[in-house]
Amino acid sequence: MSCERMEGRILEYVDGRLKEGDRAEVQKHLESCAVCQLRVQQFSAVAGLLDELPMIEPSPAFDARVYALVAAEPVTKSWWTWNFASPRIVLAGAMLLVATVWVTMHPANTIQVDSPDFAVLENYDVISNFEPLTELPQPVQPEDTNSNQQMERDETATPIRRNDSGGIDDAGGVRGDASGAKG
Amino acid sequence: MARTDVQLMLDVKAGDEQSFELLLQRFRSPLVNFLYRMVRNREQAEDLAQEVFLRVYRARLDYVPSAKFTTWLFRIATNLALNSMRDTRHQRAEISLDAPVSFDAEDGDERPMDVAEKHPNIEQHLVEESRRKMIRRAIDKLPEKQRAAVLLHKYQDLDYGEIAKILECSESALKSLLFRAYETLRVELAPLVAQQSIFQSRERRAT
Repeated sequence: MSCERMEGRILEYVDGRLKEGDRAEVQKHLESCAVCQLRVQQFSAVAGLLDELPMIEPSPAFDARVYALVAAEPVTKSWWTWNFASPRIVLAGAMLLVATVWVTMHPANTIQVDSPDFAVLENYDVISNFEPLTELPQPVQPEDTNSNQQMERDETATPIRRNDSGGIDDAGGVRGDASGAKG
Repeated sequence: MARTDVQLMLDVKAGDEQSFELLLQRFRSPLVNFLYRMVRNREQAEDLAQEVFLRVYRARLDYVPSAKFTTWLFRIATNLALNSMRDTRHQRAEISLDAPVSFDAEDGDERPMDVAEKHPNIEQHLVEESRRKMIRRAIDKLPEKQRAAVLLHKYQDLDYGEIAKILECSESALKSLLFRAYETLRVELAPLVAQQSIFQSRERRAT
């Protein structure tokens, strides 16, 4: 064996990890090579010196810091792990999904929010120049004929109002009867 | 019977938090010491070791035991250490390796004074401490990859194939790295090597 080939094996020889066959070969070379013999001696000495370095102890808070890091991790369980850990959660999730799909396909009568109104309200210019609020029309008088017309229109639209304005309605009804009698 | 590292990791994957605690107990000290010898700063070493555990935890769901657990673990640790050292390389370059102040400050991590107080012979302790300082400096002078190779080979119970995988090189490239590192160390530590050689040959004769 040449000294060059020794380079790849010398440390393995020193730390005792060389296979038996290779070991015998290295030993044979060492018997006839003083340079490699010295190197083996010195590498062995270096290895001994490295053993002199003391170990350090991790600080007492080390574990707590690791646990804190781990606890701060978002839960990233896979679907299968969730199913394995808790089939109920998966079932609940599936039912929620079905419910969502059903609601989307059969929309109920929901309150329609008239978004353009909001847009107007949010328009500062409109709000700041909302003068009509300061010039409200005079309160409606019972004998005002305009109000009768208004009520007649409301009659068809809002049944609730009919009860509220029963008196006026009766008057209208009388008027109607009267006209019928005239006819 | 104690569960193997791979078995513990598979249990962590299945959601067993206790197995993670066992892995933490098993590898806390080897990792902190390896990283401390790599980066030469205790606080930084602990931060990096914590990061290693965090990455192990993050990767638990995708873990496949294709290699030895220690190979995977130290590969994460080595990559983190090498990246961290590259990031701070410019800072290290500014501090001369021979400047005693910086090394004295770092050696303080091992609290030599506490040991000295307990030591029956302070003179002997000071001699030992100066030897250790020389050894540390010699390791610090090694190029980063050579240093990692020496530390993994010397202090971790890893075979050449595993260390080669950790350092992402061939086994013959690893042997070459180690050979060059030991060549540097035997020159840097020449006075101690001479003493040690005499000591070892005496021991051999005695046995």
